[in-house]
Amino acid sequence: MTLTPNSAPDAALVITGLVKDVGPIPALDGRMKRIISNISLQARFGEVTALLGANGAGKTTTIECAQGLQNRTAGTISLLGQDPENAGAALRARVGVMLQDGGLPPAARPVALLRHVARLYSNPLSVDALVDRLGIAEFSATTIRRLSGGQKQRVALAASLLGNPEVLFLDEPSAGLDPQSRLMVFELIRELRDAGKAIVLTTHLLDDAQRLADYVYIVNHGESVTEGTVPELLSQSTASQSQRTMTFEAGPGLDTSALAHEHVHCEETRPGSYRLAGALEPADLARFGQWCARLGVMPTSVHLASQSLEDVFLAIAASREPATVKPHALKTEIR
Amino acid sequence: MSTLFHDAPAGLPASLPRRVLNQGRYEAAAMLRNGEQLVLMIVMPLLGLVALAVTPILNGMGDSRINIATPGILALCALSTAFTGQGIATGFDRRYGVLRFLSTTPLGKAGLIAGKVIAVLVALAIQVAIISTVAAFMGWRPSAAGVALGIPLLILGAATFTALGLLIAGTVRPEATLAITNLGWILLAALGGIVLPAAKFSATMAGIVAWLPSGALGTLMRAALLQGRIDVFSIVILLAWAVAGSIAAIKWFKWN
Repeated sequence: MTLTPNSAPDAALVITGLVKDVGPIPALDGRMKRIISNISLQARFGEVTALLGANGAGKTTTIECAQGLQNRTAGTISLLGQDPENAGAALRARVGVMLQDGGLPPAARPVALLRHVARLYSNPLSVDALVDRLGIAEFSATTIRRLSGGQKQRVALAASLLGNPEVLFLDEPSAGLDPQSRLMVFELIRELRDAGKAIVLTTHLLDDAQRLADYVYIVNHGESVTEGTVPELLSQSTASQSQRTMTFEAGPGLDTSALAHEHVHCEETRPGSYRLAGALEPADLARFGQWCARLGVMPTSVHLASQSLEDVFLAIAASREPATVKPHALKTEIR
Repeated sequence: MSTLFHDAPAGLPASLPRRVLNQGRYEAAAMLRNGEQLVLMIVMPLLGLVALAVTPILNGMGDSRINIATPGILALCALSTAFTGQGIATGFDRRYGVLRFLSTTPLGKAGLIAGKVIAVLVALAIQVAIISTVAAFMGWRPSAAGVALGIPLLILGAATFTALGLLIAGTVRPEATLAITNLGWILLAALGGIVLPAAKFSATMAGIVAWLPSGALGTLMRAALLQGRIDVFSIVILLAWAVAGSIAAIKWFKWN
């Protein structure tokens, strides 16, 4: 695993040692706050690269630095071989951006807005084709403020694609999407990848990353903590993969020691609520049935679940020490 | 699979003039479609013009009421469109992330600002045409020299008020921008020496008003259109506001 990527020839975006301070913050006596302390990543053409992390982990700030929307404090960013902070129109024309909040004027109508954005390019894609492809025609005459979240996202995606960009940034692309829009957007993202675009998306949803991403960076508290393909990341925690939990409700204070063994532990999480966790097997279910019969317990509810993949990712994010030594690691407030 | 993206050439920006002119046209159309903006830009100045021409407020200040009123009303147009209109529009564009999105397109931040300036100038030209036509019907006859001086001065005024409007829009919440620019419009229109010459007020008040961008623009427009001259003190004041406003806007404008 490399956290300091060497620039590959097929890399569209290379970020090395990104640091971003914001402020001064009045609540911190006017000091700066470090919101990104060390993020390194690269995104290749023909791949979907996902930044996965909890809200507030620094995903949006990272890609806004990559887009040139925010200036970085330290580190290097190479977007199509150029520094996005000094990006000219030629570079911006090769990069598409879909912001988390859409960035569309509420009083505008979708098709009129798309035609306007298309005029900023010398060779835009056909507005009609994109409108058709993303199902925008059905609400083309409605002002943007009256559209649903999914409809707005589709218009914002169309707007980001008008220049036929080589690199596409999508900030939380599935936020607010209804199932139909989600399917449409995901299909389009795959098509763009197959057309050789470098797609960089942020998400806090593991399901999105798993379905779309060729390569994932997990971002936690402003640092890129681990990276890999989805199978690679999952294989790092093979033990976790077989984790299951069984929760059940019964009377409080029951002796559950008979249910636990080497691979399974049981606890009463709150009075009357129990949680069995570990490598549960069919024999554990049989043991649970016998335990109920012996104690005369009739649970009011029983719920069996695989430990969610999201838990696995959170565990990875929480357990991994950052791979590179950072002088600022223990110092998030400076000056 | 569709070949929407496979066969298309890679992204290229339109030329700079084309980008900026398109943005200016788009923003101007948005301003002119907005009913509230039209009231502020056209209806209020027209009402002001008629009120000043038919009431005795301006009696004793010059040869004819319409000749004194029209330069001030034209200056008021610059205040309406550049300060209040563009300030409010930009404040809400900032709230909705429109500024951030457009600054990632080939338009960029500089093109976005240039487009706003063009939109203000287009709207101002329409206002000037309407006000001048109505004033002409009411007997306004400016000298050619006065018109030649008045037009660049009005553009300078619009630039100054655009910078001040963007400064407010870029630093406070859009609701506050709405309140500040509307209140500013009312106060400057009534007491800021833009419509009513500072001589109408007490000497103390006139002394303060002369230092305001509104008072400076009003005085400059009246001196140009009534006497065919440039008021040196006022142009220094207006230029100072333009420079200070632009520097402050560049320094403190927040895009999100």
